[in-house]
Amino acid sequence: MATLSTNRVPGETLGHGPGAPPDPRSPVLSLRDVRISDQADGREIVHGVSFTLTPGKVVGIVGESGSGKTITCRAALGILPAHFEVTGGSIEIHGTDIAELSPARWTALHGLTISAVFQDPASYLNPSIPVGAQVAEVVRVKKRLGRGAARRRAVELLRAVHLREADLVYGQYPHELSGGMLQRVLIAAAIAADPRILIADEATTALDVTVQAEILDLLADLRERTGMALVVVSHDLAVVAQLCDEVLVMRQGEVVEHGPTGRVLHAPRHEYTQLLIAEHERYGLEKFLDPKLDPKEEA
Amino acid sequence: MTAELPQEEGSAGAAPGREPVLDVTGLDVHYGSRRRRRRALHGVSLTVAPGETLGIIGETGSGKSTLARAVLGLVRASAGSVVIDGEDVSAYDQRQWRGLRRRGVVQYVFQDPLRSLDPDLTIETSLAEPLLIRGVPFDEAAARVRAFVSRVRLSEDLLDRLPGELSGGQRQRVAVARALVAEPRLVILDEPVSALDSANRVQILRILEELRSDGVALVFISHDLGSVAGIADRVAVLYRGELVEVGTAADVINRPRHTYTRLLVSSAPTLRAAPADRAEREALRALLHA
Repeated sequence: MATLSTNRVPGETLGHGPGAPPDPRSPVLSLRDVRISDQADGREIVHGVSFTLTPGKVVGIVGESGSGKTITCRAALGILPAHFEVTGGSIEIHGTDIAELSPARWTALHGLTISAVFQDPASYLNPSIPVGAQVAEVVRVKKRLGRGAARRRAVELLRAVHLREADLVYGQYPHELSGGMLQRVLIAAAIAADPRILIADEATTALDVTVQAEILDLLADLRERTGMALVVVSHDLAVVAQLCDEVLVMRQGEVVEHGPTGRVLHAPRHEYTQLLIAEHERYGLEKFLDPKLDPKEEA
Repeated sequence: MTAELPQEEGSAGAAPGREPVLDVTGLDVHYGSRRRRRRALHGVSLTVAPGETLGIIGETGSGKSTLARAVLGLVRASAGSVVIDGEDVSAYDQRQWRGLRRRGVVQYVFQDPLRSLDPDLTIETSLAEPLLIRGVPFDEAAARVRAFVSRVRLSEDLLDRLPGELSGGQRQRVAVARALVAEPRLVILDEPVSALDSANRVQILRILEELRSDGVALVFISHDLGSVAGIADRVAVLYRGELVEVGTAADVINRPRHTYTRLLVSSAPTLRAAPADRAEREALRALLHA
């Protein structure tokens, strides 16, 4: 495990300006034995999650619905649903414990430092405003640009997420776009203020396989170009295997396996991870693929 | 229970060797009024042999569900023919379709089992009904229901529950059992495992695999090559309403010919992803959109 930074970054610099070169060593996000409980019945639903995200690193969380993966992400984003509470461990963003953050500081952090995309892009967009204007608004508020500059930047962002005819898409309404296009718009909005961390929670689950691959390729591309760190959450181990340096396998609120992707895939220790792998090997494409396609051999 | 050898005839008795259970020729389906006619399927031809599992892969809008609906007589084709177990059903009217369905030759399973199970009927009633309608005596129907419940690995305790009281995975196994009790020759499955978690997905796939040895033909429709590849004898790729490729799963995966199939194979998430695939996908997308 990487050692955690004990230096507290002063709050004023938490926003991490666009010009600041990310230190590849210092963690941008670290979770230490995070426990989350439902205060309504006192039940603990996440039983200790730990991982450290440094710039450019990708951590994957695999688990079925109800495994606690989404609630863990929501805790890191400071958007836990009502009556859910972090009841143990700590979450630090750039070395600052989020328990100490005021709502105003959270607002400053969202978008600028930590951002997220979820499974259902349509529900995060206003149906009566063209999508480009919604991206431009994020740019205006978070980057304090004027209307014209924000508009130009929004078109650039739409282009950066590989939307063909970005100028045209800018003026379109959510209902005019496909699921894959909407998810790209959401990613454009999420990266508009150059966050250091992007959490993608089942962001490709509802999409066709070819579109899913496009989005995953886009995330890989963004990470390489900008050094943005990613948390990729999926029920499919293979999706996580595409992209991640490190994998956490969660079941019923518990991390049953945690390690470098290669190790988890080639020498899974927990029987649940073994089940996930066996499913692919027996019923998936892996059954037919030439073993030489193995990334280990190819690298 | 008694797994028959593939070369033997199915327990329904009427299987004439290699005669296809499903034979679709030149199928065209259009939607919409005459002014704004939209072509959903064009020139689709395929056959499914007894005991064969055919996987049909297609993305949103490819026409895969339209194909299922056309084979089940739920939408009318504008051209082409559908022959099920030797009967040309292309010109069947509603009454003839009802007759065919009642005989249980062709059955179906959808993604959401709540759609195919009556929420107000107990599991036992839902399962026994197709048999009772066909005149199977009550005791025999009850015995067969129990046999099929154990085949899909469900506890008999669930028989007097309602669909709403079961988990998604249990419900889907009930839907599979319901499709099987009538001992069909052909089962159409439209995204049967897409909504399930790993453990339930594996269980359903295992059950479907076992059916093959009983001589039941399956048409397994999915957007995901990865969920079909492992159990399909042959895979057909549907793209924009046309079948662009048909072959054994191994051939389609290792030697895809159509650009879309190549992109599909390259896009399917596997545990052996190679970083080089990204550039390949980029090139294929450019080709496909050109």
